Amino acid sequence: MKTYICIVCGFVYDEAIGRPEDGIAAGTLWADVPDSWACPDCGVAKADFEAVEI
Amino acid sequence: MAPIIIIGAGLAGWTTVREFRKLDTTTPVVVITQDSGDFYAKPSLSNAFAQKRSPEQLVSTPAAKMVETLNVVLLDHASVTQVDTASRSVTLTRGDAVQTLAYSQLVLAMGAQPIRVPVQGNGADQVRSINSLDDFKVMFSDLSPLTVGVSSSENDSKSVVIMGAGLIGCEFANDLVQSGFQVHVADPSSRPLAALLPEAASMQLADALRALGVQWHFGTTVQGVNRVEGSLQVTLSNGNTLTANAVLSAIGLRADTRIAADAGIAVERGVVVDAQLQTSAAQVFALGDCAQYASAGQRTLPYVMPIMHAAKALAATLAGTPTALEFPLMPVSIKTPALPLVIAAAHPSIVGQWRVDETANNDAWVFVDTQGQQRGFALCGKQTARRMEFAKRTII
Repeated sequence: MKTYICIVCGFVYDEAIGRPEDGIAAGTLWADVPDSWACPDCGVAKADFEAVEI
Repeated sequence: MAPIIIIGAGLAGWTTVREFRKLDTTTPVVVITQDSGDFYAKPSLSNAFAQKRSPEQLVSTPAAKMVETLNVVLLDHASVTQVDTASRSVTLTRGDAVQTLAYSQLVLAMGAQPIRVPVQGNGADQVRSINSLDDFKVMFSDLSPLTVGVSSSENDSKSVVIMGAGLIGCEFANDLVQSGFQVHVADPSSRPLAALLPEAASMQLADALRALGVQWHFGTTVQGVNRVEGSLQVTLSNGNTLTANAVLSAIGLRADTRIAADAGIAVERGVVVDAQLQTSAAQVFALGDCAQYASAGQRTLPYVMPIMHAAKALAATLAGTPTALEFPLMPVSIKTPALPLVIAAAHPSIVGQWRVDETANNDAWVFVDTQGQQRGFALCGKQTARRMEFAKRTII
């Protein structure tokens, strides 16, 4: 499981946790997060996230 | 044709370029910045210590890569000395060189400067503010040697005094206390985030941070900072003294309007812009922390999400499609892991009051106007997951 960080605001998407409040279940791989999903903190598109290890 | 010139390479400047390049790949763009132009996420500055991220690791895209990807000319480490709206030119100094460049369209994205209050004492020059990666580097070099071997919160020799219990003050308090520092926060009000939160929510935040070790000093301010035997002695207006290794001033931001004001462009709390983000001068636009938006009821909005919306609208206008900016409801997330918060503040002119939301257990509040309509909300802890649901019920 990897984590991805929003390059604009620093919001972290953790695959292990998912984003249940947006309908993305725990364990959802980044590749399976819909392209229409946007950063909940700043609104940037999924394409503007990048992989980081924290 | 003269290039589009952008003054400022923060989130507002770079995002405008990025959005513009999606629409126009050929028009020359020049970006002028006082710093290196490296792209970084500014909100990360206030949660970097606990994540053990160094200033270098916070750079998400180096300036050279931005220049290459976005096909711009970057004039880094440069200071704009004059904007002439009559001849449509910008004069700047860079090292010893002075140059004047003509623009077709000019974008002001200078950001904001930390508000500083006078502090007495021979250690006053040690008071730091953090509003840029360069500021963070200074604080990081002050504090990072001290994080080695930090284990006991009882140890007075590793402590930080934060001036201001607003958004930035609370985020840093959380980050530094989690990183092993003893943290004191002084604020003239009686509670944290007093301007944004209902009292009960403030109290929960105060308790959550206190449980981690944050020591609050409400109803008082920092009056003096003096160097005493290798550390700083901080005097509060209530007569108490604290010993600290660092003092951080986080009492708010003021739009950086100097360049605009000097050029005769209308300035109030920020650079005044209309719905299309144009200033009082033709072909001169402003956005980001330096702008006072007609689209936001003449407010400044020093947050990330408004910048993203403004940059998209401005990019379209710059590319030839005049586009009015309409802000949606933009809740702000406060990065205080001790008690995560999401706040959608109503416009300050709206008269109303906070009420506990019936569907929550004293951890969600709605701001209700005199007609009984929901105009804002504040969510604590687990309720932050319901931000979308609350946003749908809120009238801007």
